[in-house]
Amino acid sequence: MAKSKRFFTYLFLSIIAIVSIFPFLWMVISSTNKSVDVTRGRLLPGSHLLANFQKLVETTDLQLSLFNSAKISLTTTVLALLIASLAGYGFEVFRSRTKDIVFNILLLSMMIPFAAMMVPLYRMFASISNVAPGIGIDTMASVILPTVTTAFLIFFFRQSTKMFPKELLEAGRIDGLSELGIFFRIYLPTMKTTYAAGAIITFMSSWNSYLWPLIVLQTPQTKTMPLLISTLGSGYAPDYGMILIAIVIGTIPTALVFFLMQKQFVAGMTGSVK
Amino acid sequence: MRNANSNLNIRRKGVLTGWTFVLLSVVMIFIFYFYPMVQALIMSFQTGTGSNLEFTGFSNYTRLFDDSMFITAVKNTFIYLLIQVPVMIILALFISVLLNDSKLKFKGFFRTAIFLPCVTSLVAYSIVFKYLFAGDGLVNSMLLNLHLIDTPIGWITDPFWAKITIIIAITWRWTGYNMIFYLSALQNIDHSIYEAARIDGASATRQFFGITVPLLKPIILFTSITSTIGTLQLFDEVMNITKGGPGNATLTISQYIYNLSFKYSADFGYAATVSYSIVIMIILLSFLQFKVAGDKNG
Repeated sequence: MAKSKRFFTYLFLSIIAIVSIFPFLWMVISSTNKSVDVTRGRLLPGSHLLANFQKLVETTDLQLSLFNSAKISLTTTVLALLIASLAGYGFEVFRSRTKDIVFNILLLSMMIPFAAMMVPLYRMFASISNVAPGIGIDTMASVILPTVTTAFLIFFFRQSTKMFPKELLEAGRIDGLSELGIFFRIYLPTMKTTYAAGAIITFMSSWNSYLWPLIVLQTPQTKTMPLLISTLGSGYAPDYGMILIAIVIGTIPTALVFFLMQKQFVAGMTGSVK
Repeated sequence: MRNANSNLNIRRKGVLTGWTFVLLSVVMIFIFYFYPMVQALIMSFQTGTGSNLEFTGFSNYTRLFDDSMFITAVKNTFIYLLIQVPVMIILALFISVLLNDSKLKFKGFFRTAIFLPCVTSLVAYSIVFKYLFAGDGLVNSMLLNLHLIDTPIGWITDPFWAKITIIIAITWRWTGYNMIFYLSALQNIDHSIYEAARIDGASATRQFFGITVPLLKPIILFTSITSTIGTLQLFDEVMNITKGGPGNATLTISQYIYNLSFKYSADFGYAATVSYSIVIMIILLSFLQFKVAGDKNG
């Protein structure tokens, strides 16, 4: 009885695991095959990887899109960590009743659906374009600015700051460090793992972000990887091998981050509820 | 006296420094979250094309009820919500309970494998699913080869099956994500509770409903609220798998807002009204979920 139950547990988990992995396998294998073979349902690695890649480089702005995506996500990550950690630290270390109220108001922003903000945000940046084209529509700034500050990340840093030993603060003050000095020289190095988790979660969502870039980035020169993949995928006569290698390339950065830093990855995801 | 005074000065200085730490984030969130929210509310009472908007009172709101496309989008969104969210949460709970067994082998492999879909971007996996579920795609040819079906299923082209495809896709992408939350909560449950239950002769099913579910209730509530908010805003998948078709059969509210603003002749006022319907739904549904969870608690 117990044995057969065990068997079904393994069977069930194996099926779920296979279903979870299969689309990845299919996409990697198909990126090495000719489009015709993909349509025929070939499930063995082929020899067309380089040919597919070459075609992708020749027919699309792959390098440009990769560069745009990297630029946007790395800038977003650095700025987001700085803004949110300063705030999380400030709300916790310099706690006051007014600040707690402000903090709770900020948390409310997590309930606001992006769909409800996208039209006013678009109009905001469209009117900025008239005055300061450098941060208006179709610029890197317009993608970064509305998404760089999230209440989630502030909350995440505040929760982690609760674990930060307060004696270190006192020690810093006695040594005559300024408050900012304490933050940068003591807090930041001590909280490395928190920063790592925050960096992963921010990088992931920025790298994968689609709807807002779709609205503000309107020229091929500013396109990010998700926009490139989406455009390729909506074609009527798709070249499967070529499109799937684009998807593989677009997935590599986040997959790498996941495999190299699994622990911090999970900490970043669940950090808010612990 | 002097001492008390200087102490006060340090305090006052502390208060000001504290505000400088949080100021930037407060300003950013007010500009990029609360201000647009208020703007959208104002716009929802205006009509016109492009930026020529005029106040027209509640006309946008009454228009909602006669707008068959809006009603279709709401219906579709609720079909996703009512089927997909419960299926995914139950599946994730079930998997995490199985994975929490201390005697289970290959635990790390199963956990990593099931979580893996979370690393893909929504666009990337949507395109992969679109190809896998195409008329001549791999899923159909597998089902045909296994003789489970005689004719290919219109996973993308049939109004009914297209909804199923979207539901399968979202479930694939998010089950592992929710599982991680349950797993980390399960690790905090004391094993002796289960020991005691086993000694009392409680079956696995009884342990699940009597111990696991009640103890995980806060986290189940959290995940069901985040999933609900996510589903109400569903966009990337539908846009990339079916484009809302066939004939609006998979259209979601977010996509309708996008179409109203950026695809048809820009009707920003009405789009803002539609977007506020999502805000209202999120508030109502979150309240309802809190209420349901609270009642069972009592």
